[in-house]
Amino acid sequence: MSDEAARQLEDFLQRVPYVRFLGMHAELSGDEMTAVLPFAPHLVGNTMIPALHGGVIGAFLEATALAQLSVTQGSAKVHKTIDVTIEYLRPGRAMTTYARAALRKVGRRIANVHVEAWQEARDTPIAFLRGHFLLSSN
Amino acid sequence: MAVDLDLIRQMGQHMATTVPQAAALGFRFVSVDRARGVLEVPWREDLVGDPDTGVIAGGVVTSLLDHVCGLAVSAAADTVPFGTATLDLRIDYMRAAAPRAGVTAEAHCYKVTRSVAFVRAQAWDADASDLIATAQGAFVINRA
Repeated sequence: MSDEAARQLEDFLQRVPYVRFLGMHAELSGDEMTAVLPFAPHLVGNTMIPALHGGVIGAFLEATALAQLSVTQGSAKVHKTIDVTIEYLRPGRAMTTYARAALRKVGRRIANVHVEAWQEARDTPIAFLRGHFLLSSN
Repeated sequence: MAVDLDLIRQMGQHMATTVPQAAALGFRFVSVDRARGVLEVPWREDLVGDPDTGVIAGGVVTSLLDHVCGLAVSAAADTVPFGTATLDLRIDYMRAAAPRAGVTAEAHCYKVTRSVAFVRAQAWDADASDLIATAQGAFVINRA
């Protein structure tokens, strides 16, 4: 499982140009994936604080959900986002952000995914995402 | 008394071009009006979300919608400009954008209370009556 999962994940991270634009990567322990977004100046939305752009946080959470689905579902195709709700709890500071996705339900066609993002400590999350995704079959 | 429209326009152009993430994505200022704003993002190879189709990434549309909502909130300021932060944002993706197509987004801040602003937004690729995504958001307002 884990060699195949690692290959699926690497394939997703390498093939999607926008994932490279964000500078995102991921670590896999067994089937548990942690997405990592190193800080970069082009991700800033508020130069006064400075803080990550809200859209960047949302995009990172969405990409984490898609990456987790690519690991679990084993499809080379990118799954399609149906809807997402992003909740912002704290500003994203100028430091590395982490995210982990939980597949709450994976049906035949649709998956329900919850994602949380944190920076310094996992018990002080900066944002959550809940979303539905349409699964692509090979 | 409402904030001067010229000031809102200057602020809109500033927001669309000088915010690092907006500049990195290549956002372009289209227009602002009282409590409304329009921005666009041209298609670019490195912004693609699905390499099989060449369609722009959902994440780019998320950033554009968040940004244009923030613009509409700022354009709704009643007396003095205020700072904003996103509280939540819900996005529905009705369909993928066309391959190699840029995206335009328009937001309307339809209610501002002392602490919170409520916004709706929509995005399209070629035709404003054929949407690719809609958004609904709440923003916290930080009054000086």
